[in-house]
Amino acid sequence: MLSCKEVGELLSQGLDRKLSFREQLGLKIHLVVCKTCNCYEKQLQFVARSARNLMRPNKPGQGIPPLSDEAETRINSNIKQQLDEEQQIKPE
Amino acid sequence: MSIESPPGAISDPATWVEQHGDALFRYALMKMRDTSQAEDMVQETFLAALKARNKFAGQSSEKTWLIGILKHKIIDHFRKHKREQTSDDIETLTEQLDQQFNQSGHWNVSLSRWQNPDQAHENEAFWKTFSSCIAHLPDHLADLFILREIKGLTTEEICKLLDISTTNNMWVMLSRARMRLRSCLDSRWFNHDNQEVR
Repeated sequence: MLSCKEVGELLSQGLDRKLSFREQLGLKIHLVVCKTCNCYEKQLQFVARSARNLMRPNKPGQGIPPLSDEAETRINSNIKQQLDEEQQIKPE
Repeated sequence: MSIESPPGAISDPATWVEQHGDALFRYALMKMRDTSQAEDMVQETFLAALKARNKFAGQSSEKTWLIGILKHKIIDHFRKHKREQTSDDIETLTEQLDQQFNQSGHWNVSLSRWQNPDQAHENEAFWKTFSSCIAHLPDHLADLFILREIKGLTTEEICKLLDISTTNNMWVMLSRARMRLRSCLDSRWFNHDNQEVR
């Protein structure tokens, strides 16, 4: 039987890749009897969900806000200015 | 209709902010922890990319290329300002994580259930705590954990950006990051008064 440490590793890797049939079976058997790993699985999934919502929030107020409109406008106008300067240095 | 350009070609710089601005900003903010500094970094990145766009070889996607530039800008910034490192090193972290298990690989610690964890997502203070937990990860793990969530970066590109030799290594690193974040949230959010911010 897999140890809790191995289960912890596999639970995480299951978020990143498709586990083999053997690995999935090993996990299932372990999780039937191990309360702590069950709890770990749920908390790990919450950490992963939080990461997604942090970087790609689907509701305002969650995670990291996007670039503000002011910053967007400012950066765009600076990009434009640099492009214009380029044009002036070497006109086609 | 998509404004994403095919690999190898650079898209119109006038569309960069719209395409990549939010992803670059979020990455920068996680590293800088200051909105206006993060905005400055994003702007510097775009302006540097503008100058270097003829050298873009198309070996990676445009987004990966831009994040690579941003990453270097942030490293330079910290070098110049000699900001103190608050993050743990990776050996210490691995040791700490291993202590959660006994010799035969069974849990040494007891885990207690989190009540309605997803409610935390509605709480602004949670995101501060979570960000701070991430910031305390060893730099490499924090980068990996954040970049993993940026849409449009492939596993291969992330490994290349962070000099990770194999995808297997990447999975092991992600597992450590998540394990550490779980215990950080456990002590700093779920078993606390939920008011602690830093």
